[in-house]
Amino acid sequence: MTLAPADVVIIGAGVVGTAIARTLAAYSLDIVLAEAARDVGTGTSKANTAILHTGFDAKPGSLESRLLSRGSELLRGYASAARIPVERTGALLVAWTPDQVAALPSIEENARRNGYRAVRPLAAAELYAREPALGPGALGGLEIPDESVICPWTTPLAFATEAVAAGVRLLLSTQVTGVVSAGDFHELATARGPLRCRWVVNAAGLGSDEVDRMFGGGGFTIRPRRGELIVFDKLARTLLRSILLPVPTARTKGVLVAPTVYGNVLLGPTAEDVGDRSDTATTEAGLRSLLAAGRRILPGLATEEVTSTYAGLRAATEHSDYVISVDGRGRYACAGGIRSTGLSASLGIAEHVAGRLEEAGLVLKPRPGFSVSPPVMPYIGEAGVRPYQDAAAIAADPAYGQIVCHCERVTGGEIRDALASPVRPADLAGLRRRTRAGNGRCQGFYCGAAVSRLLAEAGIGAP
Amino acid sequence: MTGGVVVVGAGPAGLSAAVELRRLGAGPVLVADRESEPGGVPRHSWHTGYGLRDLRRVMTGPAYARSLVSAALAAGADVRADTTVTGWTPGPDGSHAVTMTSPAGLATVRAAAVLLATGCRERPRTARLVPGDRPAGVMTTGELQQRVYLGGERLAGRALVVGAEHVSFSAALTLAHAGADVVALVTGYERQQSYAAFRFGAAVRWRVPVWTWSVVRRIAGRGRLEGVEVADVRTGAARFVPCEVVVFTGDWIPDHELARLAGLAMDPGTRGPAVDTTLATSLTGVFAAGNLVHAAETADIAALSGRHAARHIARYIAAGLAGGPGAGAAAPVPVLVEPPLRWISPNVIGSAASPGSAASPPLGRFVLRSAGFRRGARLEVRQDGRLLASTRPARLIPERPVHLDAGWLARVDPAGGPVRVVTCAAWRG
Repeated sequence: MTLAPADVVIIGAGVVGTAIARTLAAYSLDIVLAEAARDVGTGTSKANTAILHTGFDAKPGSLESRLLSRGSELLRGYASAARIPVERTGALLVAWTPDQVAALPSIEENARRNGYRAVRPLAAAELYAREPALGPGALGGLEIPDESVICPWTTPLAFATEAVAAGVRLLLSTQVTGVVSAGDFHELATARGPLRCRWVVNAAGLGSDEVDRMFGGGGFTIRPRRGELIVFDKLARTLLRSILLPVPTARTKGVLVAPTVYGNVLLGPTAEDVGDRSDTATTEAGLRSLLAAGRRILPGLATEEVTSTYAGLRAATEHSDYVISVDGRGRYACAGGIRSTGLSASLGIAEHVAGRLEEAGLVLKPRPGFSVSPPVMPYIGEAGVRPYQDAAAIAADPAYGQIVCHCERVTGGEIRDALASPVRPADLAGLRRRTRAGNGRCQGFYCGAAVSRLLAEAGIGAP
Repeated sequence: MTGGVVVVGAGPAGLSAAVELRRLGAGPVLVADRESEPGGVPRHSWHTGYGLRDLRRVMTGPAYARSLVSAALAAGADVRADTTVTGWTPGPDGSHAVTMTSPAGLATVRAAAVLLATGCRERPRTARLVPGDRPAGVMTTGELQQRVYLGGERLAGRALVVGAEHVSFSAALTLAHAGADVVALVTGYERQQSYAAFRFGAAVRWRVPVWTWSVVRRIAGRGRLEGVEVADVRTGAARFVPCEVVVFTGDWIPDHELARLAGLAMDPGTRGPAVDTTLATSLTGVFAAGNLVHAAETADIAALSGRHAARHIARYIAAGLAGGPGAGAAAPVPVLVEPPLRWISPNVIGSAASPGSAASPPLGRFVLRSAGFRRGARLEVRQDGRLLASTRPARLIPERPVHLDAGWLARVDPAGGPVRVVTCAAWRG
């Protein structure tokens, strides 16, 4: 099979690739978004801490700092238009030792140098007034009022949905395995046949270094850093109001406790370098260390049930900053090494990459009569009204009153809509990311069989 | 509806309570169940043995479920499927405004009393903190039975069952029925915890070994399950067992979300709402029955628990909505257990919300669980050092009911400290 030639092929439909796709879709370009997996947002994009960072703790002057600050501002606006669940919970950075207390002024100063001025110090008494369930021994801290939690699943899905509606061709299960460049064209070898294009944008996440080498790069190597996380039962949600951050070390931001937009409590991540780029297994040692940390930060977690555990891989490299480069002569752009801030920075990265592509010679001509508008996504957060709570929605369509997944209160109407959506799920995990069905405390005891049947009826089988 | 009873959950406890409430003339009864069919867990439990102690005849789970639903409908209860109770607020007059969602829309029903009969479920792999990959093919017995008996699924390949109690053997039977090859039952205990005859039958018919002193330590497989690592709890020695399905059985937890959201006092042992011998909770007019208060007893015991609660609800309604929470009543006396005992139910004597402090518990006995095997275990009941009762030596088996006759209730000092149930003169084994 030979696919029709494109102006631009974006490799990787994670949060960065989909953001670039929806940003470039505003222009008169024929765009292909090629993804190796069966669905969008399945790599680092789906398994992270789900925090919409302000960038207060980034390295001042870095590209990451700039794009994070810009990206998080853009994403706040986008999320509100696209109904991506976001809650501005704020964060409290808690110091537990005198050394950590001593580090607080420099963290505050660092935030100012990143252009973020709302950080303010809190005495121990204020911390406990805000967070009565906080473990004993906190000595002081900082408040970062704009740190928020976000739905990491709806975000790339919204970008992809917008891109597809604007004419971007989304090719799933299309791993790029090689390239031959001649004249004005690159010819990409893919799992679905050759794909010709003028420009390539590498947003391949954990595979971005391999793609970069195909284009003669090789300036960086992905060193996957695994982060294990524990999701606690919704009944633990009352234990905290804000994101509780530790004082970061040189190596990692450390273990945090955060609310989720689904009404759970998240504990993690660990930070462990692994050789295998697909090893997202949790470990006994990792979970044990998280539980120990969680008990110190929020002792009430000890008696709450764990709903889920997972691990994600950060696309760390030997560089401390993002690796973003555009080669005009080679008609190739690389957005790699987007470590752990890709979700928050995604729209900033996309805007930056688009600007650099234009400077390098890609013609960005607005499409006549086309106005970019975020899609309105099905709302799966707890802060707003969900279908089972919406009398008008149920009156219009009783399927929104039929709860199929009881733990997460997902209705038959929402599952039906997801299965018929423009970027539809490829498997049960994809349906879970779109609706929350099966994500709850029973993990399928009640609805597993019924949800699988609905998938099978839609022609979607088990993996 | 006003003045009647809202029953949450149309399983054996809820449906049996509905029948009894109607028989006793307690007013309108609405039974709300969030599943598409009423009947509860027996709907998808195909083996026989249901109905023994409540209906006095033995049948399969689905037949038992149908029989309970028919009885509730015949008694005039309004049984609603696809109806999820999302919360309730107590009114100033002691009544309760119960909110629910169904395909018919949102509704608020005012009731004189609420019975929580939300049952229990098995803790999944994630709650048990079993690490590893997250492939398909990992499930609980509840999901397995619904796939096989309600969905008609076939399951090919090798299957491992985690647990060796009654439900674990039931899972093994279901797996065999679905076409799977059951490799073994895995238990961390020194032996299986089911009735010997049941185990004998299963072992003979399908030659399923029970791997004792063993735990599943890791799940492996990207996409589909490839196998699990099984470790010996004594030596730590581990081996890889290839399989396509692993079923986590037992390890029950009550479905206590509504109880906790309503702020009911919870029992740390059962993890259900604390209940007194009338099955009243800490909130006036709210009762709890079935496996929400003892996870998990057999369906007939849950049914009798529902019937017991219904009698006290009827009495409560007949007495009028007397007083608010805690009005005039003595502070409840908690009933505590010490290891190896894990929990006791009921676990309060004379709650503030209930006047019947000396009422007998369901079937005239308390039910307990042990966390370990013990021989010759005598249970002693004490309050403030005073011996209230002592049982004859008996055998304790994990996951199996231990019964304690309630004859000592009258000797409890309502103004005294907690009642403690301890194990004496027992030895391991």
